[in-house]
Amino acid sequence: MTSGPLLQVRGLQTWFDDAKVLDGLDLDVGRGEILGLVGESGSGKSVTAYSILGLVRPPGRIVGGEVLLDGRDLVPLRERQLREMRGSEISMIFQDPRGFLDPVCRVGSVLREIYRTHEGGSRREARERALELLRAVGLPAPERVYRAYPHELSGGMAQRAMIALALACSPKLLIADEPTTALDVTIQIQIIRLLAGLRERLGLTILLITHNLSVVAEVCDRVAVMYAGEIVESGPALEIFERPRHPYTVGLLGARPRIGAVKDRLADIPGRVPDLQHVPPGCRFEPRCFLADERCRREKPELRALAEDHRSRCHYAEQLREDAA
Amino acid sequence: MILRLENLTKHYRVRVGGRRALLHAVDGVSLEIRPGETVALVGESGSGKSTTALCTLRLEEPTSGRITFEGHELTALSQEELRAHRRRIQIVFQDPTESLNPRRSVGATIAEPLEVHGATSSSARRRTAELLELVGLQPDHARRYPHQLSGGQRQRVCIARALATDPTLLVLDEPTSALDVSVQAQILNLLAELQREIDLTYLFITHDLAIVRHLADRVLVMYAGQIVESAPTAELFDRPLHPYTRALLDAVPVDSPAERRTRPTPRGEPYSPLDPPPGCRFAGRCRWAAEECEAPVGLRDADAGHAVRCVGWFSGRVPEPQSEAVAR
Repeated sequence: MTSGPLLQVRGLQTWFDDAKVLDGLDLDVGRGEILGLVGESGSGKSVTAYSILGLVRPPGRIVGGEVLLDGRDLVPLRERQLREMRGSEISMIFQDPRGFLDPVCRVGSVLREIYRTHEGGSRREARERALELLRAVGLPAPERVYRAYPHELSGGMAQRAMIALALACSPKLLIADEPTTALDVTIQIQIIRLLAGLRERLGLTILLITHNLSVVAEVCDRVAVMYAGEIVESGPALEIFERPRHPYTVGLLGARPRIGAVKDRLADIPGRVPDLQHVPPGCRFEPRCFLADERCRREKPELRALAEDHRSRCHYAEQLREDAA
Repeated sequence: MILRLENLTKHYRVRVGGRRALLHAVDGVSLEIRPGETVALVGESGSGKSTTALCTLRLEEPTSGRITFEGHELTALSQEELRAHRRRIQIVFQDPTESLNPRRSVGATIAEPLEVHGATSSSARRRTAELLELVGLQPDHARRYPHQLSGGQRQRVCIARALATDPTLLVLDEPTSALDVSVQAQILNLLAELQREIDLTYLFITHDLAIVRHLADRVLVMYAGQIVESAPTAELFDRPLHPYTRALLDAVPVDSPAERRTRPTPRGEPYSPLDPPPGCRFAGRCRWAAEECEAPVGLRDADAGHAVRCVGWFSGRVPEPQSEAVAR
């Protein structure tokens, strides 16, 4: 299958005991695009990533729904099949690369073995490929990094090495979970640009999970905003930033201090994220929403299309047109 | 001046691969803060901004230099004598969870500094209630424990505790870095309100230039243990002179996809100054570096209230910043 979105998540339900963290999540990631999945802590964005990769561990479990990669459902796969799929079709990078690099293995040998396990070939070929990857992620002295242990790398270099590992088997989809959060400002932008460059050069599709809207503004084509386990708004990045149609998105955008627009007061969002064991029966954002009324308390809004490819889960999305500006 | 640091220096002896070296964590930092001002100290990891904060309260002993607070030279006092002044300078840290004792109720946490400084338990209780209200918490929060609070509420407790002894200077060390965006906004708004309601001066340590732009009156940019540029906030953002400040500003992601534009990607990585060279510490990453950058370089006035530590700027080799690249 070569047309349609690369990844389609349909009605995904991931529950942890009685907390229905994800309860019918839909998400599309188009081929070659960078989709920003945005949310604050407790929004369920990381659980979404783990569910896609089949990495949810008890007490969490996937109760229903489909995760279609190129049309093939990953949910029913067994652990052995999932292991093959991870790395060669989807791979993932994390906030803290050093936590995922084996501290007693040199970067090069890990990279070489990953490549050989998935692709076969001689050690020599694998070494060439490993060095090529280290160069591709912009490491200044690939031979030196090849022989280095993770603790000998700076945070930025370790994240580049992690990206090289993730790309070792030419995956179609890269899931990047807060890849720049632990990094310094000047390194953060280097990694963002690296990801954007890899998309251009390799045609890589990237699901970028972040709490940082400015990172999204810098690099994403489309955005999906998550709140309390649900997508509340999705659409092209420019649309979402310039014409947000969900009160939570409006709140998040207004809460950011900005270099380009100095304000006396930031628009904070009152209250806190609901406990997922006791979600409000109507709209989950209702208790914190400036627009909420009786209908929002009673009736759960659907994620509905407002325009081509712009969706909002708000009864009053159209009213935000005036209010948000 | 409420606070004056003169040539504050903190060196650590360290071993790197079996070799002894001297880490110049803070290397000759001088600054002055006027009452009611918010001064931001900006830098990346290894810049020495947090060590400067800790030394200001003498929570770390400076290697050398002088700290003068409200006319008293803190560096000349014994730890015992320092206590009387410490109630006037307080610090709030990045991670409210680590800063709070999990087994102590919110009320007891806030009352502790009051009792240390000799308040009776009934007056401490009254004051605790006032402080809770001041930071936007409810009276019944006093009976709760840290694990029953959200991250933002915990940081409010830390702020209330810091305010308990009526400080004039609050050192804020990345107070919102561990918080979600919407909660960060609540805390930044609270800090601005507190400054209007009670006479507070802030030394705000952060790596986030958007926060600096939002709340600072003046900015000091630190790199590898030294201040490389200082200016009033608007001036620094409109006309960043030091190549490092320019790199920092180039690195800030845009506010909206509508503002995407190409700009230089900063080169290299920040570093911890181990046995640093005598010359400019940024030279290795600087696109304008030349031989003259190897000579020792001081912080010099480029304009009224705007100082920069860059030989190339004064010799004309570093060009005037392009306003398009920084001011949007």
